[in-house]
Amino acid sequence: MPNSIISIKDLNFGYGDHLLHKGIDMEFPRGKVSAIMGGSGSGKTTILRLIGGQIKPTSGQVDVDGTIVHQQNRDGIYRLRRKMGMLFQHGALFSDLSVFENVAFPMREHTDLPENIIKDLVLLKLNAVGLRGAAYLMPPELSGGMARRVALARAIALDPDIIMYDEPFAGLDPISMAVICDLIRSLNDALGATSIIVTHDVAETFSFADYIYFVADGVVAAEGSPKQLMASKLPFVKQFIHAEKDGPVPFHYNARSIKEDLAL
Amino acid sequence: MKNLLNFFENIGNAFSSRALRLGAATRLFFLILVYSADSFKRIHLTIREIYFTGVMSLIIIIVSAFFVGMVLGLQGYYTLQKYGSSEAIGVLVALALVRELGPVVTALLFAGRAGTAITAEIGLMKATEQLSAMEMMAVSPIARIIAPRFWAGVITMPILASIFSMVGVLGGYVVAVPVIGVDEGAFWSQMQANVDFRFDIVNGVIKSVVFGIACTIIALFEGFDAPPTAEGVSRATTRTVVTSSLAILALDFVLTSFMISG
Repeated sequence: MPNSIISIKDLNFGYGDHLLHKGIDMEFPRGKVSAIMGGSGSGKTTILRLIGGQIKPTSGQVDVDGTIVHQQNRDGIYRLRRKMGMLFQHGALFSDLSVFENVAFPMREHTDLPENIIKDLVLLKLNAVGLRGAAYLMPPELSGGMARRVALARAIALDPDIIMYDEPFAGLDPISMAVICDLIRSLNDALGATSIIVTHDVAETFSFADYIYFVADGVVAAEGSPKQLMASKLPFVKQFIHAEKDGPVPFHYNARSIKEDLAL
Repeated sequence: MKNLLNFFENIGNAFSSRALRLGAATRLFFLILVYSADSFKRIHLTIREIYFTGVMSLIIIIVSAFFVGMVLGLQGYYTLQKYGSSEAIGVLVALALVRELGPVVTALLFAGRAGTAITAEIGLMKATEQLSAMEMMAVSPIARIIAPRFWAGVITMPILASIFSMVGVLGGYVVAVPVIGVDEGAFWSQMQANVDFRFDIVNGVIKSVVFGIACTIIALFEGFDAPPTAEGVSRATTRTVVTSSLAILALDFVLTSFMISG
C-alpha cells in the first residue's frame, strides 16, 4: 500500500512454543482509520504492543515511519513513541491526578511550555472531546465513557502522527459509543493523523473505518474496505459480521467426544 | 522412584523461581539507581512520597514508640531493682531503643503501613494499565513512579526510627520517673554518660538506612511484579509484609554481629 506510516511484514510472535501470529502482513496508510478485528485472544492488542515496541517479534518486522521498531534501543523506542498516542481499553488514567493533570502529563514530561500555554492547550484538548467542564474532576468521578474521552484527550495531547485505540467501545452505552466513534473519525481528520483501532464491535467499526483487517488463527484471514468485507463470502468473515454462534470459529472448545466424557 | 524425582523437581523449581525473583529484584534496584538522576530532576515527586510514607506514618510510630518505651520502663525497672540498680533504667531504655528496638520496630511498622500501601498502589497501577500508559507516553515508570518512592523510603526510615527512639525514651521516662519514682537526675545523667554517639546512635541510624533500602525495594518489587489481578495484588501485599519482616530480622542479626565484632 503506498504511503504507509506503519508496515508489518511477515510478523511471527508467540509465547514459548505457542505462536500467536504466523506471518502477518499489514499496511496502515497515512491519514486513514484502519481497524484490526478478530475474536478474543486472537492477538489484536498484541499487534498494538508490537507497534509500540513494548514487546519484540519472534521474527519479521514492524516498521514505523521508516524505523524498524525492535531494532531500536530504549531511547529510539521512546523517540518513536512520542509520535504515537494510545487509548487503553479502560482509559488507564492516572488515578492520583485530576482530569486536567492527566491531559497535561505528556506536555509537562516532554515540553518546556510555560504554564499558561499548557493550561490553554489542555482546555482545548478537553474541549475537543467535550469535557472542558470536567477539567478539575478526579478519575473516580468520571463515567466509563467520560474516562475514555479524557484518555483520548491525553492521547492527542502532543498531536501525535499515530493514534492507537485498544478496544475503545468495550463496556460503553450506545450514546457513549456513538460519541467515541465520532471523535475517532473527527480527531483523525482534524489532526491529519493515522488511526488504528483494535476492536470486535462490527457495527460501529464498519460505520467509520477506511480499511479493516480480520485476524484469526494467527494470520490475516480477510482484509478490505467495510463495503468489500460486507460482501465477502469468506465463512469466517460471514460468521463474525453476522455474529453466528457456530462456523469456522467453533462454539465448543476442543474436547473429547461427549460420549467419552459422559462414559456412554 | 517417580515420586522421588518429582520431589527433587519441585525443590529445584522452588529454588530456581526464588532465585529468578531475587535476580529480578536486584535488577530493579540497579535500574532505580540508574534512573535516580532523572527522578531527582523532579524532586517534588520524592517530597510528595516522603509525605505519604513518612508524615502519614507518624501517628502509628509515635503511639507505638510511647507504649514500647513504657513497657521497657516497667520491665527494666522490675529486673534492675532486684540488683539495686534501678537508676540505670534510663540507660537500659535508651540503649534498647537506639540500638535495636527503634530501627527494628520502626521498620516492621513501616513494612506494615507504608510498604503494603506502596505494593498495593504499584500493583493496582499495573493492573489498570497506568504503568503501560506511561511507557507508551515515552515516560519511564522507574524514573517517575518507582525511584521517588524508593528514595522517600530510604530518607524516611532513619527519621522515623529517630523519632521512635526519642518518643520511646519519653515513654520510659513517664513510667520510671513520675510513676515509679526513680530519681530524675540519675535517669538522664546515666543515659547521657553511657549512650555513645558513634557506637550506639550512628549504628542505629545505619541499621535503619539498611532496613529502609530493604523494606522499600521489597515493597516496590512486589508491586511491580504482581500479576495484574485482584488476587495477584492481594498476594503481593501479603508477601511484602512477610518478606520485609523476615529480611529486617535477618539483616538485624547480620548488622548487629558486624557492629559488635567491629
